Amino acid sequence: MRRVYLDHSATTPVDPEVAALMMTYYTEKYGNPSSVHSFGREAKQALEEARRQVAELIGAEPSEVTFTSGGTEADNLAILGTAEALSKKGKHIITTAVEHHAVLETCEYLEKNGFDLTIVPVDEEGIVSVESVKKAIRPDTILITMMHANNEVGAIQPVAEIGKLAKEHGIVFHVDAVQSLGKIPIDVKTMAIDLLTISSHKIYGPKGVGALYIRKGVRVAPRIYGGGQEKKRRSGTENTPGIIGFGKACELAGQRMAEDAQRLSKLRDKLMNGIIEKIDYVKINGPLGDKRLPNNVNVSIQFVEGESLLLSLDMLGIAASSGSACTSGSLDPSHVLLAMGLVHEIAHGSLRFTLGHQNTEEDIDYVLEQLPKIVDRLRMMSPLYDQAVHAKQAQ
Amino acid sequence: MYTEKVMDHFTNPRNVGEIENANGVGEVGNAKCGDIMRIYLDVEGDVIKDVKFKTFGCGAAVATSSMVTEMVKGKTLDEALEISNAAVAEALGGLPPAKMHCSNLAADALHAAIKDYHEKQEKKE
Repeated sequence: MRRVYLDHSATTPVDPEVAALMMTYYTEKYGNPSSVHSFGREAKQALEEARRQVAELIGAEPSEVTFTSGGTEADNLAILGTAEALSKKGKHIITTAVEHHAVLETCEYLEKNGFDLTIVPVDEEGIVSVESVKKAIRPDTILITMMHANNEVGAIQPVAEIGKLAKEHGIVFHVDAVQSLGKIPIDVKTMAIDLLTISSHKIYGPKGVGALYIRKGVRVAPRIYGGGQEKKRRSGTENTPGIIGFGKACELAGQRMAEDAQRLSKLRDKLMNGIIEKIDYVKINGPLGDKRLPNNVNVSIQFVEGESLLLSLDMLGIAASSGSACTSGSLDPSHVLLAMGLVHEIAHGSLRFTLGHQNTEEDIDYVLEQLPKIVDRLRMMSPLYDQAVHAKQAQ
Repeated sequence: MYTEKVMDHFTNPRNVGEIENANGVGEVGNAKCGDIMRIYLDVEGDVIKDVKFKTFGCGAAVATSSMVTEMVKGKTLDEALEISNAAVAEALGGLPPAKMHCSNLAADALHAAIKDYHEKQEKKE
């Protein structure tokens, strides 16, 4: 059976070049970077090369990169670390309604522990307005934490403008760039970013590795204490094979980004337009064109439910994801879609396809051939579709 | 996540559709929580002669709807009333814990249809 992976925002395969390099650091150059001997020194050298590669992709200095176990840990370090470091200065934090749980839950934890939280809304495309962030700023605001691009609908946020605003007010600015890294350019300097979360496994690197960029001079209290690795910001023996893989993945992403973005945005638009053309009662979620990540498609298919769509696609070898309650692990559908003003029933029928390197035009053709049949079958079963069709005929 | 039996009923659901002039129709759930199940009955005497369903919902919602129709066809109304949501889940070889509450409503839809049948009969009398 044909298998088409269209869930690259969940995770990506490790690039073979990355995997081959990592293997060396598992079996041959396995030293602990903190050791004095030659085994340790070769690991340390490779670790620092990886730090340079990561820094280069985001326009940072290598010394500003702290490796972590992934995006979630980097978000926690940024938010909790800033809150602890600056709690005497103020207790107000600003975030947005469409953040990843790694940010939202961490902010809500702080709210339960004496901090004030303002959650800024988004418009119907999922984009935060600079004006609403500006209005939320108070004299005791210590941190603005938000994403660069949304994981569900691909909406790209005006981070450079908000960074400028944060700088003017002396507020620490944290950006979660897990979804945008390697897809669209990031420059921590021109975007006035103080803290930046990135992750390896979304860019063809290994799982279990990420990093937090910490601008020189910005104070972040550690969350993990121990042997003082990563300049005491994150103790624990470094995951050298993983970090080295992440470094290589960053280097490759930098080389491929422009070409990938151009190719994938064409496939993205082909998929979106094809769905609109072949299926009635659909709605594209999120912005169009340059305001959207080049690899993200998110559509709501009315009168059917997301998990049913995913199961049916999976049986045909197509991997996608959904914002329905059944897949969010709660009784409510995606908080992102609800924040954009979608009603529950439309959010339940949402379907996300996220494209990657290996996807071809044929993959998209295959989805466009199969999806309408799946939707027809599920709508045949759906009492809601009948009602809609009857209502239309009655008009 | 789902048993083979659930996937079988999801892929090849039994008794999908409507019954024209059904003498009992029951609906449970709502679109807001992502599940709606509607069951149509054709009752003759005391026996369920035919049963069909229409469902909007996840894999478990479709499979339980399909299963319940299979379980009650040819049964008396009293026998049908004894079928519980848990019995439907069991007949499917079990459901994931998260689905036991939100999407396991097929027996409720059946009972609602039987109630509707009784109400319609009373009106006739």
